[in-house]
Parts: sequence; C-alpha cells; structure tokens
Amino acid sequence: MIAAILTIAGLATVFGLILGYSAIRFRVEGDPIADQIDALLPQTQCGQCSFAGCRPYAEAIAAGEAEINRCPPGGETTMIALAELLGRDPVPLDDEEAAEKPKAVAYIVEEECIGCTLCIQACPVDAIMGAAKQMHTVIVDECTGCELCLPPCPVECIHMHPLEATPQTWKWPFPAQAPSEVVNG
Amino acid sequence: MAEPRKLWSFHGGLHLDDHKSESNQRPVQHMPLPDRLTLPLHQHIGQNAEPVVRVGELVKKGQVVARAPDYVSASIHAPTSGQVIEIGDQPIPHPSGLNDTCIVIEPDGQDSWTELPEPIRHFRSETAADLRDRIRWAGIVGLGGAAFPTAVKVNTGGGRPIDTLVINAAECEPYITCDDVLMLERAPDIIDGIEIIRHIVGARECLIGIEDNKPEAAEALRQAIVRSADSDIQVVVVPTLYPSGGEKQLIRLLTGQEVPSHGLPADIGVLCQNVATTAAVADAVLRGLPLIDRVVTVTGQGVRQPGNFRVALGTPIEFVITQSGGYSGEAHELLLGGPMMGFALHDDQAPVTKATNCLLAASLQEAPGPEPERPCIRCGECVEVCPADLLPQQIFWHARAHDFDRVQEYHLFDCIECGCCAYVCPAHIPLVHYYRYAKTEIWTLERERQKSDLARRRHDARQERLERLERERKSRLRKKKEALDKKSGSSADASKKAAIAAAMKRVADKKAAHKAETQTSDS
Repeated sequence: MIAAILTIAGLATVFGLILGYSAIRFRVEGDPIADQIDALLPQTQCGQCSFAGCRPYAEAIAAGEAEINRCPPGGETTMIALAELLGRDPVPLDDEEAAEKPKAVAYIVEEECIGCTLCIQACPVDAIMGAAKQMHTVIVDECTGCELCLPPCPVECIHMHPLEATPQTWKWPFPAQAPSEVVNG
Repeated sequence: MAEPRKLWSFHGGLHLDDHKSESNQRPVQHMPLPDRLTLPLHQHIGQNAEPVVRVGELVKKGQVVARAPDYVSASIHAPTSGQVIEIGDQPIPHPSGLNDTCIVIEPDGQDSWTELPEPIRHFRSETAADLRDRIRWAGIVGLGGAAFPTAVKVNTGGGRPIDTLVINAAECEPYITCDDVLMLERAPDIIDGIEIIRHIVGARECLIGIEDNKPEAAEALRQAIVRSADSDIQVVVVPTLYPSGGEKQLIRLLTGQEVPSHGLPADIGVLCQNVATTAAVADAVLRGLPLIDRVVTVTGQGVRQPGNFRVALGTPIEFVITQSGGYSGEAHELLLGGPMMGFALHDDQAPVTKATNCLLAASLQEAPGPEPERPCIRCGECVEVCPADLLPQQIFWHARAHDFDRVQEYHLFDCIECGCCAYVCPAHIPLVHYYRYAKTEIWTLERERQKSDLARRRHDARQERLERLERERKSRLRKKKEALDKKSGSSADASKKAAIAAAMKRVADKKAAHKAETQTSDS
C-alpha cells in the first residue's frame, strides 16, 4: 500500500518537475495561433472588422471573441482559409456587399490638396507622402485600399481608383462552358 | 556523319499531321518595313524594359531604346532609324487582349545604323562574363517562344557545371517552320552560336535534337559541323512525336535524364537552347548586331501566300498578313503560335515581338470552335498522352473546384500546357484552359500574399515608430518637469523661504516692539 502511494507520488513529482522545467525552458513567446491567423489576413488594416487592425482582429479570433467572417477585403477565400485553420465551419460573410468591391487604391487630386497632413496621419501603412502645406501623394504600390484616408480629408480630394488588370496581373477566366452536372467518379 | 546514338523516349505524346509543307517550300523572304513599328516594353520573361528615349527623339537602327532595369530582363533596340512618335499603351500580342506600354517608332526610310560594338572574332580568348555581357546588350531572349533572357540562362552561376548542351531544333508543333527554314539558310551561323554558348558554359558535348520530318535541315547542320571541324557537336534525329520539342521532353529523349520537378535542366548538368537563339548569339558576338528582327512563319488556310518572313520586331501583324497576300476568305481565327499551344489574337494591330514564332490564320476547318464541354467520363485518355507524366483529370477536377492546394499537390506547375490532354479528351473539356486558370489564380494569390506581407511590415514599422515617438514625448515632458522642480528647489525656493523668514522676522520685531511699548507705557 505504502509502496504504491510512494511510487505514484514519486512519479507525479518527477513529471511535475519535467513539466515545470519545460514550461520555462520551451516557453513560446506571443500567441502562435494569432500569428497564423494574422498571416492569413490581407493586412489592409482597414478596421472594417471593427477591430483596430488585422493583428487585433487575429487576436480576437484566437481568443474566440470574434467570428471569422468579418474581413471584407479578404472575402470568402480568407474566411474559408480561417475555417480550415481553426477547424470551424465556414459561415457566410458578415458584409457581402463590401466583400464584392473591386480592389482599389487611393488617389489624391493634387490640384485640390491643401497639405493638411491629416491623411498621412490616418494611413496605417505610411503609404502617403507629403509635408505640412505641401502637396501629398499616394505611393500606389504600398496602398492597401483601406479607405481610412477618405474621412479625415477636409477637402474630399482623395478618391478610390479601382486597380485595372495589366497583362502581367491578368488572370485566365474560369472556363465558361462548365457543365451544370458532373458525373462523380 | 554522326554515329547512331541511343535514344530514350518520354511518356505519352501524339502523332499529329504536321502541316509543315504549307509554309516551308520557299526560303525566308525579307519583309519590307511598315509605316510604324510598335515595340512593347515587355517582350520577355522578367521586368519590363525601361525606355531611354523620349517622344520626338530621332533614333538610329540598332540603338537601345529601352534598357533592362533588372538582371532578369532584356533591352530593346530600334529595328530601323526613325523618330519616336509615342510612348504609351498600344495593343500587344497577349491572350488577355489588354494594351501595354510600347515605344512607337516612325521609320525615316534611311535605315541607317547606329555605332555598333566591335565584333568579337576570337571569342575563345574572351571570358564567359564578357560574352554574356554582349548577349545581354543584344537583348537576346529564347526565340522558341518562351522568351527567357538568354544571358541569364547561360549564366550557370558556379553551380553544377554544364555537361551537355542540348540544342532544340525539334520544332514539333504542327504548321510552324521558322526554325526549319532558318537551319537551311543559316546552318553555319547556328553552329558558330553553338560554339560560343559551349565556350560560355563549358559544356563537354552538344546534341542537336531535330525531328525526322526535317531531313534537309539536319543535313545542312551536319555539313556545317563538318566545315567547323568540331567533333563534339552531334545532330541527333528524333522521331516526329509531339511534343518532342518541349525542353524537358527533348532532354529526356537525348540524354535519358529527367529534369526534376520544380527544377531546371542545369540541375542535371544540361542547358537547352533553341536553334534560332544560337543564330542570334552568333550575330551579337561575331558581328556586334542586336536582336532587331526574327523569322516568323505565316501559315494556315486563312492566308493567301503562306511562308516564312524575316520581320522587323514591332511590325504590326496586320501588315505581315497583308504582305503574305492578305487574308483569304477562309480566315476564321488568327492564332499566335501553333494550333496546340498558341492563343487567339484579339487584335491584328498588335506587333510581332521577340516571342512571335508563328502566325496561324486558321480556317474553320483548321480551328473548329470548341465543342460543348461534357462531363468527364474518367476514360484516362489524358493520362495516356501526358508527356509530363501527370494526372490531367485530377488536376482538372481540383482546378474546377478552385482547390489550388490540391492542384499543386498534383504538380500543376510541371504542366507544359502542350494541349495533348485536351486534344484527346472525348468529353471536349478545355483542360489546358483550366490549368491556365489555376496557374494565374495561384500567381495572383502569391502576389497578394507578398503584398499583405509588405503591408504588415509597414504597419508594424509604423506602430513601432508611433510608440517610440510617444515614449520620446513622455520622456521629454518628464525631463522638463524635473528640471522645473529642481529649479524651484534651489534658487526660487530659497528666496521664497528667505522672504517668508524676513516677513516673519518683521512681524516678530513688530510684536516685540509693540510689547516693549506697552510695557513702558504700563510702567
């Protein structure tokens, strides 16, 4: 009887020590799940999910506080990727309309810009160049199309221009004549 | 004479009617210059070339009009002398039908050359780097159709040394004969080009793979080899079987080696070059000439006088067709490339580029419209003919379901889009179209991923900067406050205390004086 209790207690101590040691030695910084979710999000930092950017939204999903269908720029592709990653069921998008918007970039009408720098402060990825009382301009390659620069502009000189396909970014369309029924093999 | 050599074989392939005799009966004809030449900045794989001329500028024949901004790119030269009249969006030969930036030159009719670099006659005494620089200057790209910059391809970068140089003279696609007639016309130049490339990469032997439906061209090459007295170059005749001219298929046929998936021929010590490219290399090195024209096959029942033409780059396709007798009444569809791998052109105003090997004005009989697609019956015909040893029906299945991870598991990117599977499909499924769709979707996703990584980095950097500025502002405020405290603690405080002490002393003195006064008055 005593031997059995001692054996179990001894084992418990040994395993406890191992677990305690590895908790310190192999400690993982940050939240790996949130990192993985963040890697799937489109990083527009637009806040349409009602969080302050992609990272906070990723953390909220990881903590189970937010649904996976609140990212309009990511659209269905992102939602399905998140569902696969987290083993959840796909859900319809929260805002279907916003998700169908074509990709666009901000464009500043330079003749109208008064150089107030408000849009520069609003841009989450520093994609607007300019200085006080100097004309501003958008670095097209860096713009994520989040539209956060539109409301602060006092003269409404920022417009969204849809991104047009170039021969390099053009995609072959899905073959049109797909049959309605497919024999399943 | 080359001794018989053991040939290997590749999986699948198709025996097709070659339709070569329509266009290879006459030697290459020189096409006159059109009224305007349109040079797209993107005629090759890699970065767009950057214009180095302005609108209105006069250019000479052979002058660089756009330079390569990056390592994987190719410069573009003026095909004749004239004036730059526009730099802007123009139709280009592309399956999308979209326009792209082009330099438009109006020829002045003088055709006067610019100053060209010195010919390198004794190339064997030059370093590989110098010869690569010359090829790079000449803007040479793979002329078989893929248009990969040749200077990059012949740079093996100190990796595995190149053992075998394979020259692709197979020209396996039906209708196309531009390499065939080029070999008849310029066999000695081709052999010169081969020797230059061999010298650059240090290949031990060179195998020229040519299909057995071009016996005259093979004989011309053999004679040129005999004249050059280079016994390490061998002409190897391979049976006519589409697509033996695919790079990986030809390497397999000639060497028995398989290029690894996601790998390059260089990984197995092989370099493959098209015959027309070797002739362009000889021009660049031995004559100092840039790549400003190419041989184009114009064929099909839709054109009156099919043949091969040496066409200045930038010549509108419509002009090329007019010069070959114009469209016959039967023209139904204009294809760029052959019937198997070519694509339909939306606009015959688009120009001939470095990658344009064939213009096929097909009649309805030659290019019947697509039959309605029917469900896959899983017959497995496509697997039988696939020269890349893939499972076309599985890739189709997953491409159709937009499952881009699975299509890559089935090695979509090893597909060479030869079209054999779609050709034999009894259900008329446009299989290659599905693969192209999946490939471009995957590239787009990859671009978006890169863009979102960039946005994340920039967002993080901005957050960090804002936090740092906030910290700095706070520490500045704290310092200011401390400085203020210190100041009041030293001089200001002391004077205040002194003032208070003085006031208290005055009050005490007054009180004492008052007390003394009352005491004296009392007494």
